Amino acid sequence: MNDSHFAAKKRVDHIMTAFFRFGAWFAVLLLIAFVGYVMVEGCRCLTADMLSFTEKGLFNTLYLVFLSLVFSAVGGIPAGVYLAEYAHKGHLVKGIRMAVETLSSLPSIVVGLFGYLVFIVIPHSEWNMLAGALTVSILMLPLLTSVTEDALRTLPESYRLSSYGLGASQWQTVLHVLLPAAFPRIMTGLIMAAGRGFGEAAALMFTAGMSTDIRWDDWDLCSPSCPLNPLRPSETLTLHIWALRTEALEANANEQAAACSAILMILVVSFSLIARYLSYRIDKKMGGN
Amino acid sequence: MNGLQKAIAKAHRNDRAAKILMTACGICVTLVPILIGLFLFYRGTDTFTLFSHSLTEFLFSGVWNPSDTAEGGGKVGAAMFITGSLAVCLLSLLLTLPFSMAAALFMTEIATPQVRRLLQPAIELFTGIPSVVYGFVGLTVLIPFLKSIFPMPFSFSLLAAGIVLAIMIFPTITTMSADALASVPQSWREASYGLGATRWETIVHVVIPAAKGGIATGIILGLARAMGEALAVAMVIGQMKVFPTSFFLPASTLTTAISADMGGAMEGGEYNAGLWTMALLLFLLSFAFIFLIHYIHDLATRKGEKKA
Repeated sequence: MNDSHFAAKKRVDHIMTAFFRFGAWFAVLLLIAFVGYVMVEGCRCLTADMLSFTEKGLFNTLYLVFLSLVFSAVGGIPAGVYLAEYAHKGHLVKGIRMAVETLSSLPSIVVGLFGYLVFIVIPHSEWNMLAGALTVSILMLPLLTSVTEDALRTLPESYRLSSYGLGASQWQTVLHVLLPAAFPRIMTGLIMAAGRGFGEAAALMFTAGMSTDIRWDDWDLCSPSCPLNPLRPSETLTLHIWALRTEALEANANEQAAACSAILMILVVSFSLIARYLSYRIDKKMGGN
Repeated sequence: MNGLQKAIAKAHRNDRAAKILMTACGICVTLVPILIGLFLFYRGTDTFTLFSHSLTEFLFSGVWNPSDTAEGGGKVGAAMFITGSLAVCLLSLLLTLPFSMAAALFMTEIATPQVRRLLQPAIELFTGIPSVVYGFVGLTVLIPFLKSIFPMPFSFSLLAAGIVLAIMIFPTITTMSADALASVPQSWREASYGLGATRWETIVHVVIPAAKGGIATGIILGLARAMGEALAVAMVIGQMKVFPTSFFLPASTLTTAISADMGGAMEGGEYNAGLWTMALLLFLLSFAFIFLIHYIHDLATRKGEKKA
């Protein structure tokens, strides 16, 4: 009797182990098949005549992400420094933490509507890239703030003490000792934020616009077709996929969407691999000391 | 004043200026979500003040027929979008939970460390994949596939949206749960094995109860992501303005309604106001999710303190 009891227990254990193994591998294989499908389809469909648009979309995507990184770094990194170095424990810090957390969990379409209201409706402007970049920078802000704060907090206290010991002020310590030491981690955060920015679409629908008209030989910054003019409408790769799949005015819409998806996937995956590799290197270096 | 004194005075001045600047940036970051909330509130309450609809009408009425004019006079009942959002979220959660838990438990309890080191980054990689790519694959692969096995009148359906969202929130829930499971002390497992428990019994009676706070947080984060996702859902759900009565029929959610109609609705009109009210609702929901996470976290720490 006892034997069969143990046998039953063992059987249940084996069955559940098999179930977990199956579930995990099924999910992983599904994800791999997903990436494989997008890549293969995209590369198959990426023909020379399609490159003319995807090239513009790619440029818009990169330029927009670059602008929003600049905006969110200007706001987010000092905020992180404040939280790590200047803030005392109290209601203000608690409020800021709560705000950062709320910001990071807001649906991007809600942030997009806010951007539409503040950067398009109130200034009475047309859809433009600057509005899109500012909206995306709101989405990146919480990530950069918390990464900067964590990066500064993990630095050894002795860095600060030796800097103060040499007579440096707090600001000199932050600027010349702490920020350079934390730079690799902040860089990793920036790359992660960029990866997030590439995939953003819902926040851009009502801000960056669904059209693009750029000529590569036009370098007059005020002209609406100059690639570098941030006040022109700019359709990114993600918006292009959305427009192709919902409006589908063009005959080769499916192929174009596949090609754009593959390019986006390559961008996102390579940026996240770079971020991963960087943080692996940092951990190894820090662990080695 | 000699050079040294000048340098010191300058350093003090810079120090003060920097402190003010950093504090200002910190406060600005706090102001952003407050501003977002205020603007949404300002626009979203127009439905109730300007067009004098009641809150119960907005939440529980199924008649969505707002007029696209500033005079108003239509019906603003968002119940079908709200139920659509809830149905899609719950469906995706139900679909993804068995796989997420299996994957998280496999990584922490069964797999060798080498396999775990390979699996976890691979799964985390998927949190960054753009939602339109999920939508695109859902549209080109999932929908024809579903159509070939189920008799569906339209190929777009609640089920397709649920599956796409399930794939999207799988990495979030899995990584959060795996982190929670991994932080359960190894000695607890050893104690359980020492009492003669099998691995399955250890998982059910020791590891999962100890990690349930973290797992719940992961599930809520996944739900929040599913609730706020717009474009991937919009591409496969079919966007028919009806109540979600069947898995095989199209429906609409809060986010798909906003993304589809906001561009066309007249600024200052009743239609527009209704959509802003939905955005306000989404904002409040994501706020509620954060409070829920904090509540669970507080509950877990308080319980831990009592035991210690």
